[in-house]
Amino acid sequence: MGAGLTARAAGRKLLGFGVVAPFVAFAGFPFLWMLITMFKQTNDLLDPNHNPFLLHAPPTLENLQVLFNDTYFVRWIGNTMFVGVAVVLITLLLAVPAGYSLARLTGSAGEQLAIGVFLTYLVPPTVLFIPLSRIVSALGLQDSVWALVLVYPSFTVPFCTWLLMGFFKVIPADLEEAAMIDGLSRLGAFVKVVLPMSVSGLLTVVIFTFTLVMQEFVYGLTFITTSSNFTISVGVPTFLVRGDVYFWGSLMGACFIASVPIAVLYNSFVDRFIAGFTVGAVKG
Amino acid sequence: MSGAGRADRADGLARTRIVDSERWLGRLMLAPAVVYVLALVGVPFLLAIFYGFTNVSVSSARASFVGLATFRRAVEDPAFRTALGNTFLFACISQALVVLLASILATALQKDFRGKWLVRLLILLPWVAPVSLGSIAWLWMFDSIYSVINWTLRFLGFSGWPIWLGQPRLAMSAIITVQVWRTLPLATVILLGGLSSIPQDLHDAAEIDGAGFFRHLFQITLPLILPIQLVALLFGFVFAFTDMIVIYVLTRGGPYDSTQVLASLAFFKGIDGGDLAGGAATALFLLPVLAAVAVLMLRLARRTEVT
Repeated sequence: MGAGLTARAAGRKLLGFGVVAPFVAFAGFPFLWMLITMFKQTNDLLDPNHNPFLLHAPPTLENLQVLFNDTYFVRWIGNTMFVGVAVVLITLLLAVPAGYSLARLTGSAGEQLAIGVFLTYLVPPTVLFIPLSRIVSALGLQDSVWALVLVYPSFTVPFCTWLLMGFFKVIPADLEEAAMIDGLSRLGAFVKVVLPMSVSGLLTVVIFTFTLVMQEFVYGLTFITTSSNFTISVGVPTFLVRGDVYFWGSLMGACFIASVPIAVLYNSFVDRFIAGFTVGAVKG
Repeated sequence: MSGAGRADRADGLARTRIVDSERWLGRLMLAPAVVYVLALVGVPFLLAIFYGFTNVSVSSARASFVGLATFRRAVEDPAFRTALGNTFLFACISQALVVLLASILATALQKDFRGKWLVRLLILLPWVAPVSLGSIAWLWMFDSIYSVINWTLRFLGFSGWPIWLGQPRLAMSAIITVQVWRTLPLATVILLGGLSSIPQDLHDAAEIDGAGFFRHLFQITLPLILPIQLVALLFGFVFAFTDMIVIYVLTRGGPYDSTQVLASLAFFKGIDGGDLAGGAATALFLLPVLAAVAVLMLRLARRTEVT
């Protein structure tokens, strides 16, 4: 009987593996493909008779050299970093007080407002990009990374306000009350008691804002026209994919370098990201 | 001298009052975010609706009111009808697949096993990596001459060499596949969260009562994760319905506009073509469906708040 049970357990395990493995292959294969392609020599890549899974010539760093020396890739990384840091600062400045206000200070009117914040997730960039392009050019920001710095908080602030509201709600209100009895003002209690306890929440906001900036494509494509001003997510697909000649090795290198490190970082925060989507649905 | 002192004191008093008054402090802390979002979501949203009734374009700075003419022009464009149909086809099929696959995957990932963190990381990659870059990898995998997919099919003995992005139906299947690839992780993780929030007691009680696999599934698991399943579905649907990244990178709406959706058509018209009014009018056709989703979300939120 014991043997029968273990056989069944083993069977279940095998079944589980059989289910999960194809999904992992589906999800991960494009990234494996980037990795293989970026180290292949061009004449090896572009020979339809070669088994594409194997290296027929020694691996090469030439694709990456081209990417770093002969394209704007490094410049795009710099632009992305700049926009990312600026948007993170604006987002923190606006979303931290707003999240606290909705969590503690505004009562039932705040609840309505919080739902309003949530609903802005549903207004897509593809409805807003045309009027925004006019606003941006009226402000003289067309073709400038400052246009992105201005516009990106319009989606990071609602999302992060909602996330932070969740964080602040779970901090016991007694702590602030005790601090206020000890002589701190309401604002002082927030700054000196609540904020230091929310470091992990703030860190989460920083990571998410940064990844949302890295991911954004539509606004970047709309507002920026000069190649050297692109961010990574726009520069690689528009500038490197051009005409009939594709430098697949360099392209795949760019994709791999720009996506995998941030993905690993983000992975450790993903549960909180999901909370930002579902707090409303799983309150109970 | 004493007057200044009194003013100081009054000033100090007012300041204490504001930093202590929940009502005013609450409003003050909320206002900057609300103003920012209203200015950069609310205002352009109204502008988009306004543009739909004008003939504004990049070349003419002045916009004049033309009633429904722009909408009529947008609807009469043959590409519009294809795009409208494609938008629904793309969103519905991709999300139906995502719900099905995410349910299977989330159920399989519920148990702990060795290397689970690695599996989770790999499964999340498509969602976390910038979509425009992930889509380029697919562009390379669907290449007309060097497609690794075709090479593998041939290696396995299939004849034929499909030109994935060059034939209307294949191109549609290709972009749906990539959309499933990129939204599956989100749906799976949301569902996993829902599954793990079901109290173990319930599973135990069902076990004791001798509920079989299907009874367990239909009477316990499914009803309890339905709200969260719906949230995952609605978000996935909105993303698929309003997005153009995958299509822009893989097909640019081609061949012959056969994979054009409303969002990409609005982009090519309004930004590439400079017809701001026409582009805005095209994108506005997304709104009725988005409004319906918003109502559903609100009802869902209210219902879970009550329970």
